[in-house]
Amino acid sequence: MLGLGAARLEADMNRLMALLFHQGVLDEQFMQLQQLQDESSPNFVSEVISIYFRESEKLLKNLRSLLADRECTDYRKIGIHLNQLMGSSSSVGAKRVRTVCLAFRAASEHNNWSGCLRSLEVLEHEYCYLKTKLHELFQMEQQRVMAAGARYHPLLS
Amino acid sequence: MAAGDRRWWLNRKATVVLWVAASVGIWVGLHCYIRRVSMRKAEEVLVSMCEERARMLQDQFAVSVNHVHALAILVSTFHYQKHPPALDQGTFADYTARTAFERPLLSGVAYAQRVVDSERELFENHQGWTIKTMKREPSPVQDEYAPVIYSQETVSYIEALDMMSGEEDRENILRARASGKAVLTSPFRLLGSNQLGVVLTFPVYRAGLPADAMEEERIEATAGYLGGAFDVESLVENLLRQLAGNQDIMVNVYDVTNTSEPLIMYGPQFPDGYMSLSHISMLDFGDPFRRHQMKCRYSKKPPIPLSAISTPSGVFVICMLAGYILYAAWNRYDNVKEDCRKMEELKKQAEAADVAKSQFLATVSHEIRTPMNGVLGMLDMLLDTNLNLTQKDYAQTAQVCGKALISLINEVLDRAKIEAGRLEIESVPFDLRTVLDDVISLFSAKSREKGIELAVYVSDRVPKILMGDPGRIRQIITNLVGNSVKFTERGHIFVHVHLAEHSNMFMDAKVEGGLNGLSGEAKVTSISTALDTLSGLEAADGRNSWENFKLSLSYEQTWPYSSENGSPYDNHADKVTLMVTVEDTGIGIPFHAQNRVFTPFMQADSSTSRNYGGTGIGLSISKCLVELMGGQINFVSRPHIGSTFTFTAVFQRCSKNTGCDTKRTLSESLPTCFGGMRAILVDRRPVRGAVTRYHLQRLGICVECVSTINEVLNATRGQNGSLRSGIYSNKPCILLIEHDTWGTKVDVCLRDQLLQLKENGCIPEMPKVVLLATSESDKMKGGSNVGTVIMKPLRASTVAACFQEVLGMGKQQSRDRPKGSASLNGLLDGKNILVVDDNKVNLRVAAGVLKKYGAKVECAESGRDALSLLQLPHKFDACFMDVQMPEMDGFEATRQIRMMESQASEKNRNGERTVAEEGFSKAEWHLPILAMTADVIQATYEECTKCGMDGYVSKPFEEVQLFQAVAKFLVKLS
Repeated sequence: MLGLGAARLEADMNRLMALLFHQGVLDEQFMQLQQLQDESSPNFVSEVISIYFRESEKLLKNLRSLLADRECTDYRKIGIHLNQLMGSSSSVGAKRVRTVCLAFRAASEHNNWSGCLRSLEVLEHEYCYLKTKLHELFQMEQQRVMAAGARYHPLLS
Repeated sequence: MAAGDRRWWLNRKATVVLWVAASVGIWVGLHCYIRRVSMRKAEEVLVSMCEERARMLQDQFAVSVNHVHALAILVSTFHYQKHPPALDQGTFADYTARTAFERPLLSGVAYAQRVVDSERELFENHQGWTIKTMKREPSPVQDEYAPVIYSQETVSYIEALDMMSGEEDRENILRARASGKAVLTSPFRLLGSNQLGVVLTFPVYRAGLPADAMEEERIEATAGYLGGAFDVESLVENLLRQLAGNQDIMVNVYDVTNTSEPLIMYGPQFPDGYMSLSHISMLDFGDPFRRHQMKCRYSKKPPIPLSAISTPSGVFVICMLAGYILYAAWNRYDNVKEDCRKMEELKKQAEAADVAKSQFLATVSHEIRTPMNGVLGMLDMLLDTNLNLTQKDYAQTAQVCGKALISLINEVLDRAKIEAGRLEIESVPFDLRTVLDDVISLFSAKSREKGIELAVYVSDRVPKILMGDPGRIRQIITNLVGNSVKFTERGHIFVHVHLAEHSNMFMDAKVEGGLNGLSGEAKVTSISTALDTLSGLEAADGRNSWENFKLSLSYEQTWPYSSENGSPYDNHADKVTLMVTVEDTGIGIPFHAQNRVFTPFMQADSSTSRNYGGTGIGLSISKCLVELMGGQINFVSRPHIGSTFTFTAVFQRCSKNTGCDTKRTLSESLPTCFGGMRAILVDRRPVRGAVTRYHLQRLGICVECVSTINEVLNATRGQNGSLRSGIYSNKPCILLIEHDTWGTKVDVCLRDQLLQLKENGCIPEMPKVVLLATSESDKMKGGSNVGTVIMKPLRASTVAACFQEVLGMGKQQSRDRPKGSASLNGLLDGKNILVVDDNKVNLRVAAGVLKKYGAKVECAESGRDALSLLQLPHKFDACFMDVQMPEMDGFEATRQIRMMESQASEKNRNGERTVAEEGFSKAEWHLPILAMTADVIQATYEECTKCGMDGYVSKPFEEVQLFQAVAKFLVKLS
């Protein structure tokens, strides 16, 4: 029963990841991230992802507050924040977030306030989607690890 | 722009107008000058002519006056000093008529006697006529009279007329007898001819008058008067007629005794002709009382000389021409300048377009690669799941296609990079033999499928470890071999590598070989059935035939083998030029297509791509790469016979100390357990034999080559010959047999005979028999006593694995690890590495990657933190630095680190051994710093090197790139 559950969970995880890949939410960088996880750092992926979430939320909050006032918007600062977000997103392989960031940056370079605001909304939406899906994935992973009896299997061996 | 144009136009117009005006000015000035000069000349001519006329007139006049004087003396002599007078009217008339030629100016002369009133009667009686006045009336009574007594016949009408009755004559007479000189009247109408004239009067004195007599004495002594009329008009006319140019000149003669009222003597009363130019000459007719002058002028205005028009016109034309030339030149200059500017602009545009193209290509291929990697990754994952056969096949096909697409994109990117000059050839140590083994193992499946003999041979004189770009060499050879495999259906593909100077040597020995594939004489050889090539089929280039190969082999053997780095003979040079030849027996390249083989996207013809696929970009990239490596590529090809591609490349010889070290990590470790083992190779093709021997020798196996099985048997049976030692050695012995000598009959025969030999004690044990097969079908031939079948293409490691299996040696050394990470592990294991990135996520990921390879990682979140961590002395072996960071970016941080290092080194050198005392005795601090950049196309590399970085890696890390970047300097450290 336990082994069967683990296999089912693994299949579910694969399906979810395939879906995320298919939708372009994630790219191969995420897989490479997973490959980095081994016995010496068993929680590497979740660790990185949680740092990513923490940093990104901070950045998103900053962006939101920077865009609050139409008159005095510091586009240069927005650009810096977006570069940060893009860098970390490409590192974890959050591809769609990164793409939205590109559009956002283009809008900010043109000092297009309404465009920026629209991009921010899309970005927040993408980010939320990514977050929920990854949480889902990690939960499955945890269940699987537990199901496999604390024995660790690299996801892509 | 438009305003500038307008101004320019105005400017130009103004210049033109100015120029024309200046030219006209020049014309006018020159014209005036020439006219003035000609005027002056005319004046001079006029003066000289006038003077000439005046002098002549004066002379003529003087001559006439002199003659009248002579007549006066004649009258005085013959009329008054003779008694009775010897003169009468007849004589006088006769004489004067005969001497008239002497006085051409005088119309006639006459002599009037002075008669006092008291003597009148006496005189009238004597003469027989009464004295008459000018009006031919008898003269009234007067004090004295001057009746004409003698006259020339031409003026005979004045005889008996009293000269004193005429106003002018009377005055004349009075003046003449007072002065004793010739005296002239003012001009008046003459009596006879009614012409304008003057009368000349000369006094005749009685004898005995002294020369200095007083006026009263003279009057007293006066006897009579000699007179003559000058017909001035005809006189001057005659005179002028004799002179040249009299038509051009108008002459007026005036009596200017009364200066306010000049009397005209000659010429029209109201002078016409050209008035503005005239000359006045004074005339002296010998009468001191009267003054005359001659006034000359041109009858018409002197014509303007032709030169006054033509010369300035010529100059004007020249000016205009010169102006036009200048104008045209200026125009031309402007046009050229404009064109130049346009060209410059276009050039800029073209360059921008070129950059944009490269950028676009790079971006697009990058953008395609990213999703393709996703596709491939997912396909990999898909293949790991449970699939049925059809699904697996589909997935595999998709994967193959995806890989092909990726490789095509990489090629396009390469091409773009080469065009942009961005491609750099690396210089890292590598083992050429391993590279070649890898390349042919790529194509082993295909060659087996087609039954093609695929073989590699590397000359022993090629050093084991070379410095160069293994990736690019692999790319070139893969490309060439790939082409060969694609276009070859039977026969062989043979890759062999020699030193270039070496192969030239034996090439020279055999020049007559059909080098030129185009020459017709080579056809003759194609008839012969079995050629000494790898597969027995003819090759396009005769160089690989056994004869040549033997030559090269023997040449190699004349030089002692060197254990590590080739022969000692060329150790001194640190550059090695290799010549790589890829020979196939494929369809060849049609002659008409041979000259565009290296043009990108050009295949022999469109049907080629239909039949065989491919884009045709590979060869052009190969050519570029070869040229970047300092070599050249060329080929010989004959349709339906095959092609041979040859290229040279220059490599650095690896220095000894690093060579030993890197050999461990770089070259595939071959098992050493076969050292001293012996093998017998049965092969009837010497070239193929040599290749097999090469691979076995790399394993340390001693090989002897025979052409048939019978030779083996005969040799062993005969207990002598060259093979004896081989069979009798106590080391295990292997019998290698080529597939084409093999057959069931041979199999049985061989087994029997070997068994027999063993029983006889000739050999200690049965040799293991290994069959060398080219295609799958050969594999089936293997009989009972065949130990194993080795599939071609041969590579040392597969041969080693087979032998271990046959000989049952086990895999005591096979610690299989993925190759790339093994080397990275080796490089990074235990190294202290500092990672600097402001992005926490990136920092964590980079640290994770580096930790995976065994490095000890420390992190810093800003350039400032990194600087404080890197205060000398520190423990770090390398530093990965993000380029874009707030506050202090990677470039600035690196610059400061380098500054610190150079200061420390300076101190060291200056003898302040503080650092050395603490045990850090490094002479030079140089921390390898690698830039991390997300954007590869961003031309940051130059900036990286400028501020002292050692290299760069793209973010996120790729294993190969990371390895290559790290290998460069960590090898040096170790």
